[in-house]
Amino acid sequence: MSAGPAAQPIGSGHEGSVREQLSAYLSRVRGGEMGALPAIGGFIVLSALFTALSPFFLTRLNIANLLTQSATLMMLSIALVFVILISEIDLSAGVTGGVGMAIFILLTNFAKVPWIPALLAALVFGLLVGAFIGFFVAKVGVPSFVVTLGLFLGFQGLQLVLLGSGGVFRVETPELIAIMNNNLPVWGGWVMLAVMIVISIATGFYDRYRRTASGVPNRPILLMWGKVAALAVGFGILVALLNQNRSVSVLPIQGVPIVVPIALVILWIGTQILDRTRFGLHLYAVGGSPEAARRAGINVAGIRIAAFMICSALGIVSGVLSASRVGAVEASSGRAIVLSAVAAAVVGGVSLFGGRGRLVHAAVGALVISVIDNGLGLLRLPAGISLLVTGGVLVLAATVDAVSRHRSGGNLTRT
Amino acid sequence: MVRLGRLKNGSVDVEVPIIELTDIRKSFGPVEVLKGVNLKIYPGKVSALVGDNGAGKSTLIKGLAGVQPYDSGEVLIDGTHTDLTSPKVATANGIEVVYQDLSLCENLDIVQNMFLGREELRHGTIDGGRMEREASATLQSLSVKTVKSVRQKVSSLSGGQRQTVAIARSALKKARVVILDEPTAALGVAQTAQVLDLVRRLADQGVGVLIISHNLVDVFQVCDYVNVLYLGTMVASVPVAETSNSDVIGYITGAKTYQGVSQ
Ligand SMILES: Nc1ncnc2c1ncn2[C@@H]1O[C@H](COP(=O)(O)OP(=O)(O)OP(=O)(O)O)[C@@H](O)[C@H]1O
Ligand SMILES: [Mg+2]
Repeated sequence: MSAGPAAQPIGSGHEGSVREQLSAYLSRVRGGEMGALPAIGGFIVLSALFTALSPFFLTRLNIANLLTQSATLMMLSIALVFVILISEIDLSAGVTGGVGMAIFILLTNFAKVPWIPALLAALVFGLLVGAFIGFFVAKVGVPSFVVTLGLFLGFQGLQLVLLGSGGVFRVETPELIAIMNNNLPVWGGWVMLAVMIVISIATGFYDRYRRTASGVPNRPILLMWGKVAALAVGFGILVALLNQNRSVSVLPIQGVPIVVPIALVILWIGTQILDRTRFGLHLYAVGGSPEAARRAGINVAGIRIAAFMICSALGIVSGVLSASRVGAVEASSGRAIVLSAVAAAVVGGVSLFGGRGRLVHAAVGALVISVIDNGLGLLRLPAGISLLVTGGVLVLAATVDAVSRHRSGGNLTRT
Repeated sequence: MVRLGRLKNGSVDVEVPIIELTDIRKSFGPVEVLKGVNLKIYPGKVSALVGDNGAGKSTLIKGLAGVQPYDSGEVLIDGTHTDLTSPKVATANGIEVVYQDLSLCENLDIVQNMFLGREELRHGTIDGGRMEREASATLQSLSVKTVKSVRQKVSSLSGGQRQTVAIARSALKKARVVILDEPTAALGVAQTAQVLDLVRRLADQGVGVLIISHNLVDVFQVCDYVNVLYLGTMVASVPVAETSNSDVIGYITGAKTYQGVSQ
């Protein structure tokens, strides 16, 4: 650019040494862009605390338990991120999963429909529910809180109608049961790790290649290798632990639970959609300022409807995980979990004001909530204590959210 | 009826307007808000649109933006009759409006805001690098110096910087006509100067700028023409060099009339 001597090149935040990059990151964190850091810190502190208090906490069996325990919650909070990002809420996501599973069980157990079409039927039901909510919110203008509260109640009734009160139906699909109860073979865990590392290196280089082709600077490559190394070490330790026998009886139990790669794939695809596609960017835009998004020519109603559809469909996936873990579908499935899922997203650093947050934040938040539940359970404290602590953590996280929003200069006016 | 007049830099106006409005009318129910308004916007020139509250300024530009079409009257763009029936038509004709507020997403960065709604794609995914390069080239061509990084979140920018980003956004879109609704209303002295500088540079690139303002100091500092609306009628359209602050105040309040305007 030869716009005269006065024109200084405008940076892009990618310039500078590793040290400068790190200090820029730290100053962003201090400025209020904390992301999942508070949740990660909380996770570490809580884990250390429970390790000190209970000899069973850091055992391989319990770690595997924790993963499968948190998977349902994680999936539901990932689902909710899509609507929380546009500052909406879906209180019905849990019971939507419950109704979806009721449909699944009626189709497989009674109508003898094969499990794959039955599962697809449940997913289609989820998409329809999402479209229904989206229509009322985006086209009619009813607050999502009200629409989804109505569905939350209505679907509990629908579950009773479909399954009868007190009805408990065994899941008779081995493939479904396997998700939460079976493990990958030992080599499968290592392959999973290798695939993760290869994908993270490949996307890292691809992004650098594209930036270079566009003539803009890249961050020091060391940062990329640092991230890859962190991923490799973290998941490497996890896979190594899970690949050892964790059984307390004669039958050996080892390997990464099947739910782990499934959840990782969903998390990865969702993240790519949010980070790299126009739809993902527009979701953030609508969450940041619907009016600015509208003026920019974005189909705001369409984005809102799509967000609710994704949320409800992932709610069904969460229902699948729950049914797999419990091994049965009941009339009360998915009722209690939704508020914990909202809490998990917020604890993980997804802003309730909309426009800020990532799927991985919800996953970390779900781990925190699950650790609280799991750890206090191991200490044999009454279940009430766990709810009290979770509630306290939620309020704390929401406070951090509000305060950091102030600090990063966002004003509190809403449109 | 093209008026020839002397501009700030002394050159004689012989240019053809990009946009020419003739006898524009708009009513809301029984209330006639625009009563046969004429207006010309010239390429490379800054035109001011002033007038008291309720004079009809916003109504006039909403018609140009296509969000609230006029009831009657003729819109000529490059001498061709055009019906500005929707925002899409306005955009297709190179008309961009920078609203005073709510035009940026604070949670997104400068690049994302400048390209919002028309992101560059490659292999179906957002081409961040290319957008980054084009955004900084645009900001540099407008000599914007106050922005450190184009990947800064808008929430971390000052009011003047935000207005800068909003204006640069329209420059990036290769707009031919940029309409600014009170761009300096919420700004301090230094930031106002920055934004007015930017407006001037935008015009120097050949863009026709229409700026709504209540601040006559700004108008006399940066504009080439001043158009005064009084109760839905264009009571004066003059080169700033040929008028004075007190005259314009007179036209705005209705205390004076300008004989040179044909109605
Ligand atoms: N949608 C509408 N329905 C009815 N009346 C309207 C509508 N929009 C504007 N008006 C009326 O038209 C008149 C002109 O309004 P307009 O907003 O164009 O004024 P303005 O010159 O922009 O004023 P200001 O300086 O306060 O922004 C006002 O009397 C207003 O009440
Ligand atoms: Mg107005």
